[in-house]
Amino acid sequence: MGAAFDTIAFKGSLCDGCGDCMTACSSAKKGASRLSIVPGASEKVFELAICRQCGDPKCAMVCPSGALAKDGGSGVIGWDADKCIDCLLCTAGCAYGGIAVDPGISRVAKCDMCDGDPACVKSCPTGALEYRKAGSIYNEYGGKEDLFVPGLSGCLGCNSELIMRHTMRKIGRNSVLATPPGCIPGMGSVGYNGKTGTKVPVFHPLLTNTASMLAGIRRHYDRIGRKDIVVMALAGDGGTADCGFHAVSGAAERGDKILYICVDNEGYMNTGMQRSGTTPYGSWTSTTPVGEHMKGKTQDAKNLPMIMAAHKCRYVATASTGYMEDLYEKLDRAVEASFEGFAYLHIYSPCPTGWRVPSSKVIEACRMSVESNFVTLWEYTPKTGIRFTRSPDNALPVSAYVKMIGKYRHLSQDQLDHIQAKVDEQVALLKVMAADSPPPPAAHRPPAGSSTPAGGETSQTSLRREISRN
Amino acid sequence: MPEAKYLLVGSSHAALEALRSIRHFDPDGSMAMLTRDVYRPYSPTILPYVVSGRSKPAAVMLRDEAFFEANNCAFVPEAVAQSLDAKARTVRLENGESWRYERLLIATGAAPAIPPVKGIDDVRFHVLRSLEDATGLRSAMGSSRHAVVLGAGLVGLHAAENMAEAGLKVSVVEMQGHVLPGYFDAKASERIEAAFTGHGVKLYLNHKVVAVEPRDGGHSCAVHLEDGKVLQADLLLVATGVRPVTDWLNGSGIAVDKGVLVDEAMRTNVEGVWAAGDVAQAVDFHTGQPALIGIIPTAVEQGRIAGQGMADDPYVKAYPGGIPVNTYRFFGRVALSIGQAAASGDVEVSEHDDGGYRRVVLSDNRLVGYASVDEPFDVGIMGELIRRKVDLTAVKDAFIARPVETGRRLMSEQWR
Ligand SMILES: Cc1cc2nc3c(=O)[nH]c(=O)nc-3n(C[C@H](O)[C@H](O)[C@H](O)COP(=O)(O)OP(=O)(O)OC[C@H]3O[C@@H](n4cnc5c(N)ncnc54)[C@H](O)[C@@H]3O)c2cc1C
Repeated sequence: MGAAFDTIAFKGSLCDGCGDCMTACSSAKKGASRLSIVPGASEKVFELAICRQCGDPKCAMVCPSGALAKDGGSGVIGWDADKCIDCLLCTAGCAYGGIAVDPGISRVAKCDMCDGDPACVKSCPTGALEYRKAGSIYNEYGGKEDLFVPGLSGCLGCNSELIMRHTMRKIGRNSVLATPPGCIPGMGSVGYNGKTGTKVPVFHPLLTNTASMLAGIRRHYDRIGRKDIVVMALAGDGGTADCGFHAVSGAAERGDKILYICVDNEGYMNTGMQRSGTTPYGSWTSTTPVGEHMKGKTQDAKNLPMIMAAHKCRYVATASTGYMEDLYEKLDRAVEASFEGFAYLHIYSPCPTGWRVPSSKVIEACRMSVESNFVTLWEYTPKTGIRFTRSPDNALPVSAYVKMIGKYRHLSQDQLDHIQAKVDEQVALLKVMAADSPPPPAAHRPPAGSSTPAGGETSQTSLRREISRN
Repeated sequence: MPEAKYLLVGSSHAALEALRSIRHFDPDGSMAMLTRDVYRPYSPTILPYVVSGRSKPAAVMLRDEAFFEANNCAFVPEAVAQSLDAKARTVRLENGESWRYERLLIATGAAPAIPPVKGIDDVRFHVLRSLEDATGLRSAMGSSRHAVVLGAGLVGLHAAENMAEAGLKVSVVEMQGHVLPGYFDAKASERIEAAFTGHGVKLYLNHKVVAVEPRDGGHSCAVHLEDGKVLQADLLLVATGVRPVTDWLNGSGIAVDKGVLVDEAMRTNVEGVWAAGDVAQAVDFHTGQPALIGIIPTAVEQGRIAGQGMADDPYVKAYPGGIPVNTYRFFGRVALSIGQAAASGDVEVSEHDDGGYRRVVLSDNRLVGYASVDEPFDVGIMGELIRRKVDLTAVKDAFIARPVETGRRLMSEQWR
């Protein structure tokens, strides 16, 4: 049985009630639509009834004929037309309206996910319906060789460990891995007692020289004619944005053929949760404490992936483990680009320990950070420029994200307003860079008493000019 | 002596669900399922379809051997429980064998209740509860022309329809004034009754059988009604209701009223013994009193709770009380009912009667019952609104005008 399943997801805030999904479903299934969009509590709000393909399907439990059963491979609750006696007890089992009478045939009908290619999703013009394939990704890569030792000493629920194991399962054995100081080597990937913690060559550069060392390794492989080795780093945000930045910037500027993955948990988490250059404004860290006078970090984070895009690397992208299919596509493109030039992948990685998030909520935090635009998913190539891989439109307010994260528990309304304004400003700027759109509104000033450097308030028009000049 | 940590007596909906929830929590504890049946598990609900020929007897089994192997459960057919010694923790079978248990589930379901009609022991009659009953009735149908059915409940009506469709002349005798009493109000029942009459079935409502006597040397019988009418039958089906199978518990110390009395965790009064399904008398959601509600949804829910308790699953939730549910098909049409759908008096009733018929029953702006004929609705959603006592004040007009759409909306909001 598969460990995880693909699902049809519904984002109500994007639905405009057009009904195209229902038309598509009923024409694909030649009968009544198996999902129904209904008017919601207020105007322009819509709700959905559809089979949730439950793990614990009550429709099947009450079926007297054995006509309903969950498929262990696809997760779909299948309906056997021959066994079904049309007693309709299943409609009494389902509390979602996911299996209902099709009046045309007087039999029940339910969503079968169109064999993994749902007609409703394809017809949805707003993106409210999405087919999420994280399930099959987990199943596929879960079966591949794990290139790290079991029993890494990451914290419970560590998102970085998830990223490491997934990434290396995807990239495979033909790789040389650098893990500069941070959680990733800290949890044991470089190994102990003369043994490595990985099944690929791994080394532990200084915080400051990761990209430079990788550049040399790539040149060595080039010289001996090995064109198939992925030369890569799994680095933290400190080693990338702060102490290691000159090396990263230099390698990018030279176009060294490296895959550089920055796992951004917004601070120096393994040494005791100190702030870094990517720690967002307002965050509690051990060096930006919360007390009577200080209320967390007083500067805004630097947007490292945008800085890398300004280097005109071969490939730059942001990703999140809340959106695995997106992450995997970007990994593919990044690996490919790393044979031609500098490829930079920035993966946002909530830290349950340092951010004070329950380990069970880490993936939800990933999703909320994206749904609120706190972080955005996009990619850049010199040819195509910046392109959003997930629309930043119709975002949730950033408060919805911030309130899940313990390191923001103390935030005042002023601070929250500042974060929201910063988020809006970032998105507006990205939109400008992504397309010919009207110039964004001016940035919100941080609350009095904060020490945001003057550079943080550069107007977007000038930044835009600066970037396009680059 | 064979023994099992978990001993399940009965192999139908309640016992199967208990098996599932035990294994959810305890994959290893030894388990055995004893059943009177010769066959692997099947549902009594499928029997009308075996009678009609739509379902083949060999194709109605709900689980195969591989299932029992995979779940590490010994399946023991033809094991009729005869007595229970709760002190020694043993169940004695009709064949003399005894099973020892640590935890016992009583899931012996219900059996047809035979009314004390004069002469009933002297005539041949059918019932419908087991696969043998169904195949027996099917073959008897082939050689009969006049059928009389006692009782116009679910079982009686299903069989009456089967026989009418097979070309028999069918009469149904029912003491009450309408068919399917309790589930439907008079208007809904009348639609169903009209369908039966339209298909040539004679309904004797408000009629009582006082005696039956054999005719033709036992090949047929005469059914005497209280008002003096006499119906001739070469096929007599008794479908006047069911009673829980509790005879094997006599003398065991297990408290039995109409069925086995259980608390909100499906525990009987005796330690280490649970009961679930048609055999159990658990609390009724509406009255809060113990009641018999012999339907699959309650058997499944009770079986799950009992299994969780038996396996010491800490996530077990108390039984919220049984809600009557009826999804009924007749001559291809649909009649559905949930909750107090036939209630009148202290409740607010809204009826719609154009094309389809529906009856929505509210109390204190909360749904308490819903029935329809020829107008399907999401029974599970309405059941959830009833169970959660969702306040409909803000959406009442929409709910009454468009209950299906509004129900879907409300549940979608709740599930977010
Ligand atoms: C014709 C018909 C139509 C029905 N239609 C519907 C419907 O539409 N909707 C609905 O919800 N319900 C319907 N029901 C009722 C439904 O089938 C029951 O509620 C359900 O089967 C109860 O399950 P259970 O596990 O409690 O017991 P049962 O299904 O009664 O099973 C009892 C089990 O115990 C075994 N057993 C009995 N005595 C002994 C013994 N002494 N020793 C060992 N084993 C024993 C039997 O072999 C059987 O396996 C219908 C029933 C019938 C007969």
